[in-house]
Amino acid sequence: MKIPLTLLAGALLAGLAVLAALVSFIWTPHDAAGMNIAARLLPPGGDHLLGTDHFGRDVLSMLMVGARTSIAVAIVAVGMGVALGVPLGLVAAAGRGGFADEIIMRGNDLIFAFPALVIAILITAVFGPSAVNAILAIGIFNTPVFARVTRGAALSLWTLDYIRAAEVAGKGRARISLEHILPNIANILIVQGTIQFSLGILAEAGLSYVGLGAQPPTPSWGRMLAEAQTMISLAPHLALIPGMAIVMTVLGLNLVGDGLRDLLDPRMRRAR
Amino acid sequence: MIRYTASRLISLILSLIVASVVIFAVIEVIPGDPAAYMLGMNAAPETVAALRRDLGLEAGVLARYFAWVGGMLTGDFGMSYTYRVPVADLVAARLWVSLPLTLYALGLAVALALPVGVLAAARRGSVTDAGIMGAAQLGVAVPNFWFAMLLVLVFAINLRWFSAGGFPGWDQGFWPNVKALTLPAVALALPQAAILARVMRSALIETLDQDYIRTARAKGLSHGQAVMRHALRNALIPVLTIVGLQFSFLLAGAIIIENVFFLPGLGRLIFQGITQRDLIVVESVVMLLVFAVILVTFLVDLAYAAVDPRLRRR
Repeated sequence: MKIPLTLLAGALLAGLAVLAALVSFIWTPHDAAGMNIAARLLPPGGDHLLGTDHFGRDVLSMLMVGARTSIAVAIVAVGMGVALGVPLGLVAAAGRGGFADEIIMRGNDLIFAFPALVIAILITAVFGPSAVNAILAIGIFNTPVFARVTRGAALSLWTLDYIRAAEVAGKGRARISLEHILPNIANILIVQGTIQFSLGILAEAGLSYVGLGAQPPTPSWGRMLAEAQTMISLAPHLALIPGMAIVMTVLGLNLVGDGLRDLLDPRMRRAR
Repeated sequence: MIRYTASRLISLILSLIVASVVIFAVIEVIPGDPAAYMLGMNAAPETVAALRRDLGLEAGVLARYFAWVGGMLTGDFGMSYTYRVPVADLVAARLWVSLPLTLYALGLAVALALPVGVLAAARRGSVTDAGIMGAAQLGVAVPNFWFAMLLVLVFAINLRWFSAGGFPGWDQGFWPNVKALTLPAVALALPQAAILARVMRSALIETLDQDYIRTARAKGLSHGQAVMRHALRNALIPVLTIVGLQFSFLLAGAIIIENVFFLPGLGRLIFQGITQRDLIVVESVVMLLVFAVILVTFLVDLAYAAVDPRLRRR
């Protein structure tokens, strides 16, 4: 099997962010929270490879620690979407056309009316801003996505002969869903998971940019951008670098998603 | 079509009812006492009691819910606690920033994405196609608020073609406001245009593979004629659905972009509401946003069914 070039390029880009996040647990070039007013707003180069911010904090160190926040929020939010959405999708497909299916799909439509940002606004208005709220908001928004993808993929499987045979042989719908349907739609779910992961990174950045995500002193890419905004003419590197980190990570994940789809689902190759 | 419209209408109303219950529950029931929450921990008991009276919190939960919904239906969104003016007035003023911004961005996204997507599909596999799809791949990965900051850096700070933010107000004439909304609209439109161009391309490619296109070509139509006369119309159906869906993303995105450009829109209103714990404002504006999204979904469903009779059966 030939590994698609997009997959390799994407894995390289996204892997860099994951590596930065992991390394930040044991080492950063400087203390990410260490302020040094004498060394404030330094341009990239020298001792501070990517420069310093208005408090003299090392941008590279903040970027590395910020990668943790972005990745953690996005991963947990995807996990939540999978944990809630996939069972719902399986139930809907198993009882296709029935009452449960109708309720689940209408519920899905309803959640789609609440963009992640609006959910975050609602949660924050009552509980105050935090990274957990960002996870909840993005996770809730992910749920109908996974439910819909799962249901769609499972529906086409339910018409296949071997599934029918299992049903005739007396296997329950729950067991068929778990033993035959789920393993066969895993590919599609992995691809969708990658896409939602990248959307989660974007959403987390947006939420923390407007102050609805991770709170100080936890560094996050979105908040680095928010803080850079007032100094954009003075120190453009502060605005450029975190943004490029987001673009690289999201682009990498999207390429991984495209590559995985090509690799795992040969039928998709023709359409592209 | 009448039966379909009726069934979609019922589902629209049900969605609105459920959405209003959810919003009401989150804002007014979960915090316990909204009056105490809005005033903070150090408020005197008399102040809390006065606000409770103002907000009508003495009444039961059900009565309050119906009062809120009833008020919304008659255009009474309640009184802002911090501004001391009707929320409806605040919203009306802000809507004239957020709505034009959203529509401007939607227009830009469509105007950019459709021709580019068609070009990529018509020249599938060419260098043009690869270039367009590469740009789209990048466009999807760019956060709109960061792109907005880059636009400010280049076009407002360095070139000085546009101002870095602010909004003159519609009483200052049409063009100054269009100019003020241009950078925000471009920032909002680019990522959505990238998505739309990809949808346009794959929809058109799928149509071009159909038998009737081969027939049209066999009848002597050129490739370009086949694309324009037969394929494009059919390929536009899925594209229109995505355009409808994008409205909600753009509206939500506008809330964030307004922050970059200091535009006095619904987004600023909602964030001020959050920081000042003005739950009445947050509740009403969120309901309004959700209403807009549900309404657009409904209209897209109808438009879709009008174009494609097969869908009316559901």
